[in-house]
Amino acid sequence: MSNLAALPIVIPLIAGVLAALFHKKLKIVRVYAQILTLINTGVVAYILFYVHQNGSVVLESGDWVAPFGIVLVADMLSMTLVLTTNIVAIACIFYAPKSLSQKQEEFYFYTFYFLLISGVSGAFITGDLFNLFVFFEVLLMASYGLIVLGGEKVQLRESMKYVLINLFSSMLFVTTIAFLYSVVGTVNMAQIAERVGEVEQTGILTTIGILLFFVFGTKAALFPLYYWLPRPYIAPNPVISALFGALLTKVGIYSLLRVFSLIFVYERDVTHEFFIWIAALTLIFGSIGALSTNNIKLVVAYNIIPAVGFMLMGIGLYNSTGFSGTVYYLVHDMIIKAALFLLVGAVAYLAGTSDLRKIRGLIHHYPLLGWMFFISAFVLAGIPPFSGFVGKLVLLQGAMEADKIIIAIIGLGSSLLILLSVMRIFVRGFWGEKDESITPNRNAARGFIMPIAFLLFFSVLLGVGAEWFYPSIESIGDYLMNPENYIESILKE
Amino acid sequence: MEIIMSILAGVLFTAGVYNLLQKQMLRIIIGTALISHGAHLFILTMGELKTGAPPILDYDIENYTDPLPQALILTSIVISFGVTSLLLVLAYRASKENGTDNMEKLRGNEND
Repeated sequence: MSNLAALPIVIPLIAGVLAALFHKKLKIVRVYAQILTLINTGVVAYILFYVHQNGSVVLESGDWVAPFGIVLVADMLSMTLVLTTNIVAIACIFYAPKSLSQKQEEFYFYTFYFLLISGVSGAFITGDLFNLFVFFEVLLMASYGLIVLGGEKVQLRESMKYVLINLFSSMLFVTTIAFLYSVVGTVNMAQIAERVGEVEQTGILTTIGILLFFVFGTKAALFPLYYWLPRPYIAPNPVISALFGALLTKVGIYSLLRVFSLIFVYERDVTHEFFIWIAALTLIFGSIGALSTNNIKLVVAYNIIPAVGFMLMGIGLYNSTGFSGTVYYLVHDMIIKAALFLLVGAVAYLAGTSDLRKIRGLIHHYPLLGWMFFISAFVLAGIPPFSGFVGKLVLLQGAMEADKIIIAIIGLGSSLLILLSVMRIFVRGFWGEKDESITPNRNAARGFIMPIAFLLFFSVLLGVGAEWFYPSIESIGDYLMNPENYIESILKE
Repeated sequence: MEIIMSILAGVLFTAGVYNLLQKQMLRIIIGTALISHGAHLFILTMGELKTGAPPILDYDIENYTDPLPQALILTSIVISFGVTSLLLVLAYRASKENGTDNMEKLRGNEND
C-alpha cells in the first residue's frame, strides 16, 4: 500500500499533461479538470483516512531502502495539508470559468493549475531535503506560468520581480543543501535529524539552520523578506491570486515547521527565540501594510503576512500546543485566504474597479456577497465561533504555556488591526448609499457565490466543529514534538 | 583542490550578486545564471573532489567519487536551464510591453 503516498503527486501531474492535449476545447477541458480535481480530493481523503488508521505511509521509490533512495512520507501533517490544498483547488476550479477570459483559459490554465497542485502536494509529502527543492521548483515553474497568463503590462512587470526573488532564494536553498551535505553527508530528512541529534547541533549546524530559515522565510514572506509579495500576488486573475495566496506561502511555512521541529531543535535559545521576534515584527508590519492601501486586492494580499507571522509564532514557541496551533492556523488560513481572494476578485469584477474609494453600497445589489464578505472578515480576524478564533486561541494558549506574554499581546493587537483593515472594505465598499450607476449582474454574481460559499462552509465547520477536528490536530502537535517517531517510521531501525 | 573550488564558487557568487544589483534586465539574468553556476560548483565541491576516480561504487573499487552530488547538480542544472530560458523570454516580453528594460522604471503604482 506504500504506493499510496505518490498518488497525490502523480494524479495531478498526469492530469495536467493530458489537459495540455485538448487545451482549446474549453467545454471538455473544464469538465475534465473539475472531475479530476474531485477524484484527486477523494483519493487524498482516503489516504488521510488510511494514515489516520494505520500510521504513516512511506514510499521508498525504486525499492532503495530509506537513507539511500528518495522517500515520500505521507504522515498526518502532510496529508492534512494536501487535503486542504485540494479543497482550495476544488473551489478555484469551479470559480475559474467565470473569472478567466477565454484567452487565459486556452493558454494552458488547467495544465499549470494541475502542475501547481502536484508541486504543492509533492513539497508536503517529500521526505528528502533536495526533493523539497525540486518540488519547490515544480510549483514555482507552474506559478511563473500562471502569473503571466494573459500577458498584460502589469503582470509582466510584477512577474519579473517575483521570478527573480524566487530564483535567488532557490539558489540559496541549493547552496544551503550543499553546506548541510558536507556536514552531515545526507539529504534524507530523517537521517539528517538523526545525525544532527548525535552531534547535539554544533555552531555550524545552527548557522545552516538560520540560512534555511532565510530561504523558507523568503518563500513564506516573513518580516524583512516580505516586500516582494503583495504586488505580484494581485497582478494575475483572482483565481490565480487565490491559489497563490492560499498555497505558496504555506509551503514555506510547512517547510519551516518540518525542519525546525525535526532537525534543528537543539539550540532553541538561538533559533526559536529568534523566530518569536521575527513573528512579532511580521505581525506588526503585515497588519500596518494592510491598513496602508485603498486597493481591496492589496489589502487581502497584505493580510497574508500577519497570518504567516501567527504560524511562525507557533513554531517559535516549541511546545505541543504551539505546534497544534500552527497546524490549525495553516489549515484555517489556506481556506480563508482563498475565499477572501475569490471574494475581492468578485467585488472588483462586479464593481469594475478595485479602488475602495470608488466602490460603495454594493450590498444593495448583492446582499449575499456582502454578508459572505462580512463572515469571512470575522473568520480572518478570529471572532468566535469561526475557525480563526480557535487557531488563535490555541496559539495564545501555547504562548502562555511558554511564558511569552509579549508575543500574545502583539498577536491580539494585530488581530484588531486585521479586523479593521477588512472591515474598512465592508463598511466603505458594501455599506453606505446605493450606487445607482451600477447595473447589477446577478448571473455573474451567482457563479461567483457557489465556490466561495463552499470554502466558507469549511471555515465555519472548522470553527464550530473544533471539538471534532482538534483532537487529531493535537495529536499532530504531539507527533511534531517527538521527532523520533518520524525518524523511526522512515529509517526503521 | 576543494579550497580553490570554494574560492571559485565565491567569485561566481560575487559576480552574480553584483550583476543582480544592476538595473538592466539582461544583466540581472546573467547574474542569476552566475549564481546558479556558483551553487552547482559548490555542491560538487562539498562531496569532496577525488581526481581520476569514477563515481561508481563497486565491490572491487576502493577509491570512488561520491555520486550523490553529481545526481543533485544534474537535477539542479536542468532546473536552472529551464528557469533561465523562461526568464529571458519573460524579460523580452516585459521590456517590449513596458517599453523599457530598466528595473528602476518598472515600479508599480497604486491601483493598476
